[in-house]
Amino acid sequence: MRGRAVIAGIGHTAFGKLPGRSTISLNMEACRKAVADAGIDKDSVDALFVKVPTSRVEMMYGQKLAEAMGMTPRVGGVWDQGGASNISMISFAAMAIEAGQCDIALVTLADNPRTGTRQAYEKPWGDDAIFGWSSVVAGYAMIARRYLHDTGLSPDVFADIAIACRKHGANNPHAQLKLPLTRDMYADAAWVVEPLRRDDCCLVSDGAAAVVVMSAERAKALNVPAPVPILGFGQGHSSCDVPLRADLTETMAGVSARTAFKMAGLGPEHIDVAQIYDCFTITVAMTLEAYGFCRKGELASISADGGLEVGGRLPLNTSGGLLSETGMPGLQLVLEGVRQMRGTSVNQVKNAKTCIVSNQGGIMHTHSTLILGQ
Amino acid sequence: MSNMTSSEQQTPSSDWGPAGDEYWAALDAGRLTFQRCDTCGKPWLPPRSECPHCWSAEWRWEAAKGTATVVSWVIYHTAFDKRFKDRLPYNVAVVELDEGPRMVTNLVDLPEGEQDLIGRRVELVIQSDLGRALPRFRLSGTAP
Ligand SMILES: [Zn+2]
Repeated sequence: MRGRAVIAGIGHTAFGKLPGRSTISLNMEACRKAVADAGIDKDSVDALFVKVPTSRVEMMYGQKLAEAMGMTPRVGGVWDQGGASNISMISFAAMAIEAGQCDIALVTLADNPRTGTRQAYEKPWGDDAIFGWSSVVAGYAMIARRYLHDTGLSPDVFADIAIACRKHGANNPHAQLKLPLTRDMYADAAWVVEPLRRDDCCLVSDGAAAVVVMSAERAKALNVPAPVPILGFGQGHSSCDVPLRADLTETMAGVSARTAFKMAGLGPEHIDVAQIYDCFTITVAMTLEAYGFCRKGELASISADGGLEVGGRLPLNTSGGLLSETGMPGLQLVLEGVRQMRGTSVNQVKNAKTCIVSNQGGIMHTHSTLILGQ
Repeated sequence: MSNMTSSEQQTPSSDWGPAGDEYWAALDAGRLTFQRCDTCGKPWLPPRSECPHCWSAEWRWEAAKGTATVVSWVIYHTAFDKRFKDRLPYNVAVVELDEGPRMVTNLVDLPEGEQDLIGRRVELVIQSDLGRALPRFRLSGTAP
């Protein structure tokens, strides 16, 4: 299936505080822009995949959105893998198109935890809440402490990641946080849940993003202006809760990437630019290792001296990622991958011909990987 | 950092969920228990209705010795759960019982400034707090 499906169009709303906007309204704006970007008629879309808004889960959300959009999709629904949903939905859309189940799919995501509710992110965890165990950030901090212990790395590695994302975001007019981060600012910021500091944690944002998926053949027939081929995809789900993982620093991200690399016929050495889910800096560190960009504990060999910045060894999150562009859970990373392959990023990597994108959800419970080409 | 010894600390008023099950009842009686499969023999926590290894519904409760090893730990500087606002900063840890099961807990009676806790040996101390008998752990060899 390598290259047989393309991302034909992308769209997004403003990011940050969007008071008074429902997730339906945000999804519709992103879809309207994605369809316009693909240069197609909205009535040609016959599949609708949407990630359920994380901060406020609703039953039958996919049907509510389809009704608002006046659509009766041939294939559609809500995918629930947290942030991994986006790439998984793109993968499913590509497979559904290949199987003749639909022709043109919209994949969309909206959420409004900044001006709406963010309960889902701060909730106490079941029976263990009585120990004070609550919040997503604490789950990542639990992993981060073990990671620093096992690898012997200093938190400088986390600073390198945050500094690269913030530098790229500062140059992105759509970014919610355009303030570049210095090493001193990083080290001086307060702990949120030790060992994670403020700048290790993603933003909380309202917003939406959407992509149009179709076959390469159809994109050609419809004269889509800038289709970007999907070379590979994969998934892997650790599923169990953080405390129960035999090794807190291992996830199914590696399985996900190997599936995607195999489909694309590529390896990490062929990747020119990476958009890696950076809900927390620790996530990026573990994902880059799992993807085979370096051996475990050797991330500094890539990240040191601006290695993750444009012009460096592996340019990372060139629109700013969740740490700087928007904390929205993941589809914005696919949009930036598309821009890099089109050559239209505000932080364009010269001669970039391949881009890998990671999405993940929960506390590294879920993972999916996308490889884009030209 | 401050320890969560807490008998004098305020009890949050909110509901902690059902306390009447066998796991919590055993703690009330001074015993930390876990489940062990009758079919494949493997142990686990937290309590569940089927063995996560072989899916058997045949299992029994077994008392833990109460000795464990620290897997990881964090210190909260933000009270995401407002019921813990007055306890900041406080720690939450994951420990692995010598019998195998993992559990979420708090480490108590920590020496001031202690940072290198992963891999340290700990022992059970059941504390009356928040309306429950809570299984917490202190470093082995620490005076009670
Ligand atoms: Zn069993």
